[in-house]
Amino acid sequence: MGNIIEVHDLTKKFGEFVAVKGVSFSVEDGGIFAFLGPNGAGKSTTIKMLTTLLRPTSGTIRINGYDPVTDSDLARKSFGIVFQDPSLDDDLTALENLELHGVLYRVPKDTLTKRIDEMLTLVELSDRRNDFVRDFSGGMKRRLEIARGLLHHPKIIFLDEPTLGLDPQTRNHLWSYVQKLNANEGITVFFTTHYMEEADRVAKTIAVIDHGLIVAQGSSDGLKKQTGTTSLEDAFLALTGSAIRDEASSSLERLRTHGRMWRGSGRRS
Amino acid sequence: MKAIYIMWLREVKRFIRSKSRIVGALGQPVLFLIALGYGLGPVFAKAGQGDYFQFIAPGIIGMSIIFTAIFNGMQVIWDRQFGFLKETMVAPVSRLSIMFGRTLGGATVSGTQGALVLLIAIIAGFRPISLLGVLFWLVIMLLIALLFSALGSMVASRLKAMQGFQLIMNFLVMPLFFLSGALFPLNNIPSALLLVARLDPLSYGVDALRYFFIGAATFPIALDIGVLVAVTTVFLVLGSYFFSRIEV
Repeated sequence: MGNIIEVHDLTKKFGEFVAVKGVSFSVEDGGIFAFLGPNGAGKSTTIKMLTTLLRPTSGTIRINGYDPVTDSDLARKSFGIVFQDPSLDDDLTALENLELHGVLYRVPKDTLTKRIDEMLTLVELSDRRNDFVRDFSGGMKRRLEIARGLLHHPKIIFLDEPTLGLDPQTRNHLWSYVQKLNANEGITVFFTTHYMEEADRVAKTIAVIDHGLIVAQGSSDGLKKQTGTTSLEDAFLALTGSAIRDEASSSLERLRTHGRMWRGSGRRS
Repeated sequence: MKAIYIMWLREVKRFIRSKSRIVGALGQPVLFLIALGYGLGPVFAKAGQGDYFQFIAPGIIGMSIIFTAIFNGMQVIWDRQFGFLKETMVAPVSRLSIMFGRTLGGATVSGTQGALVLLIAIIAGFRPISLLGVLFWLVIMLLIALLFSALGSMVASRLKAMQGFQLIMNFLVMPLFFLSGALFPLNNIPSALLLVARLDPLSYGVDALRYFFIGAATFPIALDIGVLVAVTTVFLVLGSYFFSRIEV
């Protein structure tokens, strides 16, 4: 099987600050790939470049064979995404949110209704379809976003910290949907998480990014062997150190923080 | 094409569902209409300028349109803060059609708000010269609505947070309204004020409304419509450019 995501020497600079420093990795078609790293390591910036939200400073990306910079619409059609923060319209119903997505992704009308039913059943929200999203709990919103991300039959689904703030029940359900989809529809899953046991349990391949560089790549067992540890959490700490990182709230904020740091002590921690 | 429609539909649905916003947005124009229209009427008549209520009603309709339109355009900031903007930014459709759909939706919504104010004005005693002009009224109202919706989304695309909203209200929307000739006739005013009014696109909108409502205008009607169309086009182009440059 080939690689559905190929990243080569990808770099992103915000002014003088280099958030991503020439990373290269690939994700196998039909695989489950975990992209791990401490806060501020460059995870979100990389995902934003993969999903056409940010332009890379240099380097190449292929998403399903398409370049997100030049063939952005074809690349966009190839993936679905669940963002770290909710991105639903609270003033529309669950059904309307899905319909809007279906129209934007040009899902044919006759298949759209069927697909919406299918996805709502998958995430167990069929009976809440006509309720406003503003009345949904955090877990329900996340499930709806997964349904939405999968609506247009994408080849890849990006999940950026999909289980953040969810209870263990919802978390377990969520991963079981994802694994079911990966097995049944052959969707490639690209996710980030801070829960190492999730990555250990679900991911077939793991890449660890820190300070804008990929520091390790391989299977969970491979990483444990490489670091001489017995759990993925220990392997992760061995690779990235145990110092606590502060993440700026946005790329712009990061830029400002960086500016202040350079005017101040002149050293980046 | 369908992307434009669905983004338009979203704005319209959100408008219809926010009944309190519709009623709330009627309060200010009605107050202006009553306080200024009836209150200043006698002074205006004594100065030999005719019926102030008839004069000010088109201006107040223009006011309700510009307030609603810019406010609606500013929704881009809300969408940014509540995350929905990202959903539209990764969608495989041109940013132009997203922006165009939103702006058309905002224009529909604010045009409707203007029509509601017109209805209230008619109930309160506003008498257009001929009801046959209704098509022209609606076209001009929609044009004004489109212009300021585009301006609203253009400004909002450049703002990161709602904190800038007050600034926009006080330094953009208020001056646009107060200096437009919506409240006073543009003849015999100080030349500096006239110059400012001539640079304000709302002046031409209100002037065109007066032309079709009460048959009196300061500028030639062709100039009014020409300016409205030209400025709307520029704002739409600039708006889509800024919108396409948004990074979330």
